[in-house]
Amino acid sequence: MEKATLTFTDVAITVNVPPGSRIIEMSEKVGSGITYGCREGECGTCVTHILEGSEHLSDPSALELRVLSENMAGKDDRLACQCRVLSGAVKVRPG
Amino acid sequence: MTAAAARPASVPPLPSGGPVEIVPGVHWIGAFDPGLRSFDTLMKTANGTSYNAYAVRGSAGVAVIDTVHADHAEAFFARLEAVARYDEITQIVLNHLEPDHSGALPELLRRAPQAEIRLSPRGLPILRALLRDAFEAARILPVTTGAEADLGGRRLRFLTTPNVHWPDTQCSYLVEEGILFTCDLLGSHYCDERLFDDRVGDFRFAMDHYFDRLMRPFRSFVTQALDLIEPLELSVIAPSHGPVLRTDPRGYLGRYRRLAGPRSAPGPDRTLAILYISAHGATARLAQAIRDGAAGEPGVRVSLFDLEGGELHPFLDLIEEVDGIALGTPTINGDAVRAIWELLAMLVDIETRGKLGAAFGSYGWSGEAVRQVEARLQGLKMRLPEPGLKVKLNPAEEDLEEARAFGRRLAAHLTGRAPPREVDLADLASR
Repeated sequence: MEKATLTFTDVAITVNVPPGSRIIEMSEKVGSGITYGCREGECGTCVTHILEGSEHLSDPSALELRVLSENMAGKDDRLACQCRVLSGAVKVRPG
Repeated sequence: MTAAAARPASVPPLPSGGPVEIVPGVHWIGAFDPGLRSFDTLMKTANGTSYNAYAVRGSAGVAVIDTVHADHAEAFFARLEAVARYDEITQIVLNHLEPDHSGALPELLRRAPQAEIRLSPRGLPILRALLRDAFEAARILPVTTGAEADLGGRRLRFLTTPNVHWPDTQCSYLVEEGILFTCDLLGSHYCDERLFDDRVGDFRFAMDHYFDRLMRPFRSFVTQALDLIEPLELSVIAPSHGPVLRTDPRGYLGRYRRLAGPRSAPGPDRTLAILYISAHGATARLAQAIRDGAAGEPGVRVSLFDLEGGELHPFLDLIEEVDGIALGTPTINGDAVRAIWELLAMLVDIETRGKLGAAFGSYGWSGEAVRQVEARLQGLKMRLPEPGLKVKLNPAEEDLEEARAFGRRLAAHLTGRAPPREVDLADLASR
């Protein structure tokens, strides 16, 4: 099975995660400041800044793109409750 | 949002009055609510509040800036009709969409469907929920800092000032007149039909109290908003609650700058406050050991407090200023103790996002309290790099050594010297 790692810089921890994992599921477990809101991709609470490895994330849905736009998120920001780590190394911090 | 509070029967309504001219062509068209005694369930309002809305006339049309609570829509529409016809309204500016400012919006849109709505992009999801089926037909133009609406000879320029105190908040600046419409920012829950700051009673306490209850949890965002506002030429600040500020507007900005700033100059060290409560001394011993461990690390200033030895509210000031907190509680009846919960409930009143948090405690049977405290700290958007420390009954020497190591690790996270760790998902299951 392909490996994937997810690094949360605000708590200095890297997790070996199953491919397909959502960032929010891991961030809660490691105690990162990337926290939840509605968990349905609507409120924008979990906006996350992708420091490295954005190419290893699932493509944003139309809903995620709309919410990112309405929240004036930057080009390297994603919603932790929506995007999945597919493979490789991804490094994030709270947005 | 306004709670449906009981209104004292002794409070007479204010005379309805008409619109109030701020400068020629710019009118206050809001509503007074002298009987309100509880706002948003967040704060008491001893002499009520006002919902301030404004009409600005240019040669090409009229802009309506915010509306009022639905319960006061009649007064709002009466004042609006005294200064403009509905078919003259070209712009509706929504600086903030909480119900006390958007309550009359659906009816205003029904009467002036041609008007363009200007709001922050962050206001869109709230507007969508507010208008429901009417959303798609509305003429909606999201605006960000620097965008302008031309009213004909007068321009409204928008400033994106999020999170003061909702994500959607923005300010609108009438360029030619130097009037800044700030919505909740710089407001007061203070009801006085004389309206202007040089005519009303003494509202200084109300303005500070309003900041403390509504703006304090967003101090850093208030500071960012002031950075945008302070360069403007200002003749009037027109908030959405309380007096219109036309006497030395810059003085009010200075007051907000002081309220939003640190209480004292930060020192060179990172700061960790350890606060605990202990039933039989075990959690106290853990707290002392964590302090000893953290204090041994360079660049960290550590404080230790027994919550039973002080009133809780002053600790808010402490926690607001420190970089991290560690909370200690025994588990009693399967729960954290009351003083810890009361402190955790109060933390919503200050800015906690991004601070370091940790939990620890002794327990007899089950030890749920540590995880409960961690969950609350996560809900407050704090980072918890270290899993909580739990010890059954009295800590042995090896437990105290682990507590000292726990303190050293917290200190390392505060100073940025924590070594990176790599774990498997299965290792996290116990958190």
